[in-house]
Amino acid sequence: MPKDGGIGASTKRREDIRFLTGKGRYTDDINLRGQAYAHFVRSEVAHGRIKGIDFAAAEAMEGVVKVFTAADFAGVGGIPCGWQITDKHGKVMLEPKHPVLADGKVRHVGDPICVVVADTYEQARDAAEMIEIDIEELPAVLDMKAAIEPGGTLVHEEIGSNLCFDWGFVEENKAAVDEAFAKAAHVTTLELVNNRLVANPMEPRVAVADFESHSDQYTLYTTSQNPHVIRLLMGAFVLGIPEHKLRVVAPDVGGGFGSKIYHYAEEAFVTFAAKVVKRPVKWTSSRSEAFLSDAQGRDHVTKIELALDAENNFTAIRTDTYANMGAYLSTFAPAIPTWLHGTLMAGNYKTPLIYVNVKAVFTNTIPVDAYRGAGRPEATFQLERLVDKAARELGVDPVALRRQNFITEFPYQTPVAVVYDTGNYHATMDKLLEISDHAGFEARRMESAARGKLRGFGIAHYIEACGIAPSNLVGQLGARAGLYESATVRVNATGSISVYTGSHSHGQGHETSFAQVVAEMIGIDAAQIDIVHGDTSNTPMGMGTYGSRSLAVGGSAIVKATNKIINKAKKIASHLLEAAEGDIELKDGKFTVAGTDKSVDWVGVTLAAYVPHNYPLESLEPGLEETAFYDPSNFTYPSGAYGCEVEVDADTGQVTVLAFSAADDFGNIVNPMIVEGQVQGGLAQGIGQALMENCAYDENGQLLSGSFMDYAMPRATDLPMFNVDHSCVTPCTHNPLGVKGCGEAGAIGSPPAVVNAVIDALIRGGHDVKHIDMPLTPSRVWAAING
Amino acid sequence: MTKVTMTVNGKTVSAMTEGRTLLSSYLREGLGLTGTHIGCDTSQCGACTVHVDGVAVKSCSVFAQDVAGATVTTIEGMANADGSLSVIQQAFQDHHGLQCGYCTPGMVMASAALLASNPSPTEGEVRHYLEGNICRCTGYHNIVKAVLAASGQDVAAVAAE
Repeated sequence: MPKDGGIGASTKRREDIRFLTGKGRYTDDINLRGQAYAHFVRSEVAHGRIKGIDFAAAEAMEGVVKVFTAADFAGVGGIPCGWQITDKHGKVMLEPKHPVLADGKVRHVGDPICVVVADTYEQARDAAEMIEIDIEELPAVLDMKAAIEPGGTLVHEEIGSNLCFDWGFVEENKAAVDEAFAKAAHVTTLELVNNRLVANPMEPRVAVADFESHSDQYTLYTTSQNPHVIRLLMGAFVLGIPEHKLRVVAPDVGGGFGSKIYHYAEEAFVTFAAKVVKRPVKWTSSRSEAFLSDAQGRDHVTKIELALDAENNFTAIRTDTYANMGAYLSTFAPAIPTWLHGTLMAGNYKTPLIYVNVKAVFTNTIPVDAYRGAGRPEATFQLERLVDKAARELGVDPVALRRQNFITEFPYQTPVAVVYDTGNYHATMDKLLEISDHAGFEARRMESAARGKLRGFGIAHYIEACGIAPSNLVGQLGARAGLYESATVRVNATGSISVYTGSHSHGQGHETSFAQVVAEMIGIDAAQIDIVHGDTSNTPMGMGTYGSRSLAVGGSAIVKATNKIINKAKKIASHLLEAAEGDIELKDGKFTVAGTDKSVDWVGVTLAAYVPHNYPLESLEPGLEETAFYDPSNFTYPSGAYGCEVEVDADTGQVTVLAFSAADDFGNIVNPMIVEGQVQGGLAQGIGQALMENCAYDENGQLLSGSFMDYAMPRATDLPMFNVDHSCVTPCTHNPLGVKGCGEAGAIGSPPAVVNAVIDALIRGGHDVKHIDMPLTPSRVWAAING
Repeated sequence: MTKVTMTVNGKTVSAMTEGRTLLSSYLREGLGLTGTHIGCDTSQCGACTVHVDGVAVKSCSVFAQDVAGATVTTIEGMANADGSLSVIQQAFQDHHGLQCGYCTPGMVMASAALLASNPSPTEGEVRHYLEGNICRCTGYHNIVKAVLAASGQDVAAVAAE
């Protein structure tokens, strides 16, 4: 049994108290004295040339402080991209300018054109309605394949093409892959769409900035998953503010799912404007505005092929993907369809040859970037749909075909660059079949059939690479940042501890789970430990929370810093106990001389560190505070088997998810309750993608799904109770806690399980359906059934 | 601007409003009760749910002036008199029924209204009642468990683990 508050305990979350009593402090809850309100006027067309902006009437209205346009940002940099891809010809990607406010052209519905700053929010909105913008509408570039045909309309004339890059991975393998396909006994081909999604954290984005002229100090409060990254990108690349003059605070943040990683124009705007208008400026996004301005996710169009030999061994995989970048390159956009997607195409299988081609395309749509899973759901969906289809074509059991091709020996070098350190895919598959009562499926199917319903069971097995990432590796791959994490452990004189982490919690429960790690290591009560995050003025430079990295990378930094604390504390204890340092043992918050009853407790040491009267000052500094930076040597590779059981009403096409089981291997677990919650939330998002969610544009580039009235968010009635298991454990070999990331797994593994289940139901019901593109809405399922 | 007075969390309060001021803005901006959250602008998400005269209401769908004189309870008024968590709040913590916390005030207010009218709901009744409250973090599993537990039911019997 784990100790309550220690590693392995389902400790209740301390942050819940403030969230449950209305005492959370989110960015929109912050109001600065004298603040003005910003309202963005956004493009109503997908593509157009700005011929004129008449804002004289607006600026004359009561309460209006100033109307800003691109002209005000003449000396300001553009929104930067954090990753540079080199294409298959050795050419770097095309990287268009991304101005804070649209300059000359608008390139997507929602592209900000001008901003009204006024005394009140209502005055800003009212004045915005008086602004007249003359726009010459241009044809909207929407279809990715058509967009890269020569001679078409260009989203950015100055770069000469809508093709951002044409990436081949591993390019040197291409000829061998083609040869393997020529020799294959069987080839399975699948063409599919990975539907565009909107992350939709429940808290819309907000930014409030202040500038103090007497100290040249800017402060930005923003809804961010990574305040240090915002400080670096905005300070260095957009506004030219040195870091010591710019404080970025991300207080309580109401979910992110990737969409709050990126540096957005609105953050730069309020920071810039606060200095110009000499008062704080606040912007609060409405949900409708969020649909038009938050980076969106997925949007791949793919053809994938699998070559098998006569014994049904996988011999090669070849893919051809078009990845939508939208109108501008968001912060990590180029990395998503490439390094976070191509490197996962081996999945759980020992396929010796893989070639991935990705063409990234600019269109007149809202920018696309990471959304929970980011590239890995796209890879997993292709692969797990393809393997299921291959099994049907070959007349073999989809579980057996997977098992036959599973990787079983670790470490495993894939043909797509990454090395899996551990895993046991047969174990997770076994566990799934057990917890989902797979053996009882046929009886349940008969029961459904008796009611006239089609029942199906779908399986997917996923692998993902998370806990991003080794900095030297990602640097070679084009990252313009390192991906370490940081921690400062500050032990106070009376023994309590403040841990300052570069990770950011926006639902993940770090304040609880990180404290469990430190409590376990030192052996004191977790209540003695506070986790502090989200403020660049007191936390060490850290890269934030995304890519299921917080515990694996940020937690490792905390372990490293805590070990430094323990090492120093042992030196102090050895002095106090007049014993050799090597003889000092720390257990349950007490330092003991090995083999004796001589001891000093934790507070005795911490007091000595800060009141160093009896202290080895000649060899040891006073104080007890340590900082560590941890750079991982590899990704972590959680894996798991997911099973979905559905019922389809053939008359209406309605799909009901009856049961969903997940058997994951996350390595060691710090807080099982939190891990299960992460998986459940990920499953809901994956099931949402598979059955409901779709970000749709019309033929003019107008966003059709621009509110919760039109974009189908999963609701309580759409989902079953989940059956979640994490008892299969192969600890990560290269981080000190042996942990793997768990935040994205649910969203990665679930979409193919759902679609496989629906196809299974239809085929068992006598309908010859090979594939349906997500989301599997009733109309799409009905159409598939009825040819 | 009109002064609107009502009883909020047991206290008589007033703030200046325009005709278009929503109850949600009145609570947040007028009274500084920022526990009531705004998650959408189409009355779909339920994050702003409060009780008006004992009934769960999306406070973004009501003008403040239209509920002048009403008795309103917000998340800030849900804890026990001694400051400890009420049964429903405690159940949300016990069963990890929240992650980022943003939808949580609305979820708690809606759940409390459900239990007031239906003290022992089925899982299906909980899901149906909470259909107007969107959570993006939890997948609802633990919210449903929390509500069932708050009703005194054995959640192990209804919720697969």
